[in-house]
Amino acid sequence: MKAIRAAYGEALVELAGKYDFFVMDADLAKGTMTVYFRDAHPDRFIDMGIAEANMYGYAAGLSSCGVPVFASTFASFAAGRSYDQIRNGIAYPRLNVKVAATHGGVQAGADGGSHQCLEDIALMRAIPGMVVLCPCDERETKAAVETALRYDGPVYLRLARNAVPDLHPPGTPCEVGIGRGNVIVDGDDAAIVAVGGMVAKAVEASGELRASGIGAAVVSMVSIKPLDEELLLRYARKTGRIVTAEDHNRCGGLGGAVSEALALGLPTPLEMVAVDDEFGCSGSPDDLDRRFNLTAGDVCAAVDRVLKR
Amino acid sequence: MEANKLKELEGIARGIRIDSLESLYHGGSGHPGSALSVADIVTILFFSEMNIDPANPGLPDRDRFILSKGHACPAYYSALARRGFLDRGLLSTLRKIDSPLQGHPVLGKVPGVDMSSGSLGQGLSIAGGMALYAKRRNRPFRVYCVLGDGECQEGQVWEAAMSAGHFGLDNLVAILDANGLQIDGPVAEVMDVQPMSDKFRAFKWKAIEVDGHDFASLDEGLRRAREHKGGPAFLHARTVKGKGVSFMENRVEWHGGQVTGEVYERAMAELGVVQK
Repeated sequence: MKAIRAAYGEALVELAGKYDFFVMDADLAKGTMTVYFRDAHPDRFIDMGIAEANMYGYAAGLSSCGVPVFASTFASFAAGRSYDQIRNGIAYPRLNVKVAATHGGVQAGADGGSHQCLEDIALMRAIPGMVVLCPCDERETKAAVETALRYDGPVYLRLARNAVPDLHPPGTPCEVGIGRGNVIVDGDDAAIVAVGGMVAKAVEASGELRASGIGAAVVSMVSIKPLDEELLLRYARKTGRIVTAEDHNRCGGLGGAVSEALALGLPTPLEMVAVDDEFGCSGSPDDLDRRFNLTAGDVCAAVDRVLKR
Repeated sequence: MEANKLKELEGIARGIRIDSLESLYHGGSGHPGSALSVADIVTILFFSEMNIDPANPGLPDRDRFILSKGHACPAYYSALARRGFLDRGLLSTLRKIDSPLQGHPVLGKVPGVDMSSGSLGQGLSIAGGMALYAKRRNRPFRVYCVLGDGECQEGQVWEAAMSAGHFGLDNLVAILDANGLQIDGPVAEVMDVQPMSDKFRAFKWKAIEVDGHDFASLDEGLRRAREHKGGPAFLHARTVKGKGVSFMENRVEWHGGQVTGEVYERAMAELGVVQK
């Protein structure tokens, strides 16, 4: 078990010797875990104070001088508050800035709806040319950070706050490719396409379904944009049933991206596990999952529904 | 500044005004009043102040320029063309389909353009990022950012002002093209931004008052900015919207008025261009 944000902070430190890059934060280094990098490499870290729009402008200027920049804050203050700075200052000029946003989804903690960004995937994937990555565990997060760093262009990294189980056992390969999803569990009856913390719940659901004789594959669609359409269509063909699972509003997120690809490529019955177009609220992680229908049981129910269609 | 240099700059600025109105005439829309008000500021930067090389527009240690008030770009494009960054024939393609000369500047489309701009209020943050890079990596370049006075109603300008003062970016110069007018009327009536120099001083900047149409005054201001150590410099350049064309001067409707054939001919006559 490790929090994805902690894996992010560790990855920055681990990659610091191999690559040249700057890391910025807006007074949330202890929340986004860029604090690890700040302490290890203060000469390459910049705290911009509580001024996110200004931070993304500075990130654009710094990166235009030839060095990649990771600029972190909570998803609400990155994709939400700084949308125009990311759109016009970073994506439009195609600068090498990684908008690494933690605390996406209702699992942002007990801070309530103001801090739970449920629309960041929709906002970021609508920007032309923006790459959107959402890793599911420690190893996928570390691989995603390096992949983002090696890619010369704007990337949105959506990083969950809470601890998640390791879904890539030690010794097995874990790669993150832009435009590539990762198959976590194979199955023939339905495919659950999930991102972030919902992948672990999909794996749990798949286990429960297996006990009742249903083979549900689980794909970690770590590259939401560009989407791994080849993998998605392969599983649509193989299983004929797709369920998406994300800690995000049901409008415009992973479910939207998968729906678009299936509608155009191979119309396939689909059910979505997502927040039902409402704002988040305070609560414990388990209570929030139950309140917003994001439990493994909800994933199982969605598979049952899609199998009946 | 020597008399012959002054004379040379005045000639270039006149050429930039002519080019700007000509490209706006061809483009069919745009912001003539803003291009004319910023023309002298752009002239002194590109033909006297900045360390730039048209043969190497991407030189790592070149000085950087950001036109944060991107809508004034016809003057910028003309300066780039006259300085040798850009084919002058392109100026008549302003705002036309597939032209590199977009209605607001775009990085990567035009050699010599260091950053896209257009969404107001963002340029000073980006300039701060460039200047901070130079500080952190011990690079010798300087960064120049031109702001509009109406633009300073955007809150991000003040986040940028606060941070540049905090970081002590003495390689950063912000130049305010203070023409006093914005789309909806006089800046002082729409949403007063003054006293600008006091505001920048409060954010630890060196504030310098200059006449934005007087090259000796601009030159002196830029020299004082270069000599100031420990913090960024703010040049409060008093300008006239539409400067150089009498019927456009201080007229809010010329912020974005259309340069028709008739307007173009009257303006050219005022700028001393003999029509064929």
